[in-house]
Amino acid sequence: MSTDQILGLLTGVVFGFLLQKGRVIRFEKQIGALLLKDMTIFKFMLSAIIVGMIGIFILSDAGLIKFSHKPMNVGAIVIGGILFGGGWAIMGFCPGTSVAALGEGRIHAFFAIAGMLTGAALFAEIFPFFKETVMSWKDYGKIGLPEALGISHWFIIPVFIFMVIMLFRIFEKRKI
Amino acid sequence: MKFKTDDGGWNPYFAGALTGVLAIISVYLTTILLGKTNYLGASTTFVRAAAFIEKIFASEHVAQNIYFTATKIRVDWQFMLIIGVFAGSLISSLTDKSFKIEKIPPIWLERFGSSMRKRALGAFSGGIIAMIGARLADGCPSGHGLSGMMQLSVSSFVALGLFFAAGVLVAGIVFKRRTL
Repeated sequence: MSTDQILGLLTGVVFGFLLQKGRVIRFEKQIGALLLKDMTIFKFMLSAIIVGMIGIFILSDAGLIKFSHKPMNVGAIVIGGILFGGGWAIMGFCPGTSVAALGEGRIHAFFAIAGMLTGAALFAEIFPFFKETVMSWKDYGKIGLPEALGISHWFIIPVFIFMVIMLFRIFEKRKI
Repeated sequence: MKFKTDDGGWNPYFAGALTGVLAIISVYLTTILLGKTNYLGASTTFVRAAAFIEKIFASEHVAQNIYFTATKIRVDWQFMLIIGVFAGSLISSLTDKSFKIEKIPPIWLERFGSSMRKRALGAFSGGIIAMIGARLADGCPSGHGLSGMMQLSVSSFVALGLFFAAGVLVAGIVFKRRTL
């Protein structure tokens, strides 16, 4: 195995371990969140985001890492986002958690994975059509919120963290 | 606040925060060891895996497809990451005895009954739609939800908001029994 493969594997083992320990990969947790009854996956995800955000911006300010924004291609993000959300609600897994769910014995995740592989193959066929239509509407490129708003990320980050903590308080109060 | 949840798992805030630490370490290590900053993600691997499978039947077709060639079909860092995710979940669930063979999840069972075929069809068709969406949006809850949000990417705020909004709407229609 090459360095990138070994590093990927080790990172993945820890990632999968934490996802399983957080109990966020199950169908019940995914659909529970979409039914607004059990916000475990958002507690996990938003905690990861605020911790990761602080570290990544410090590393980036120090010039040690590079950002990799995904393009704000309006048609692609809007239509893709809606399709993903709809499919997610029926499947009850997302791409990463489906594989983890299979790892903890949820064998019906196999059908979700098979569906997603089929979806990926279909996408490769439809891609030229998407490229000429939805993806060509309007592309704002690879932008971050600080550049888009013209304010320092160290203003945005505390505000973001404050909002997340307020959200956590709501979750705890309502016991969801 | 309890450290252990009722189902024997870890507090989700704690497990999530550790995942944030993992993301920071991973971003730094990939940059210094591989010369390119890699962010956690999952859905591109499905494209590569689909291409590997399709190659068995139609290798020329795969070689000529512009999307497959642009994605560079190889077992890369993220491909191994996803294999690792499976292994990590397996290790964690076997060691804390939460591993459970589940054919039909409870919420599904209550709504659609015990037919394995129905669940398979739901998971399969949902998977097709979700993956087409994820590839169009260029990310899933890992790539946009975790990695994109950590970088304050504009596209990820919009994508995650729509994932959730559409998900809530469809889950409401599919799983909530109308009590009229």
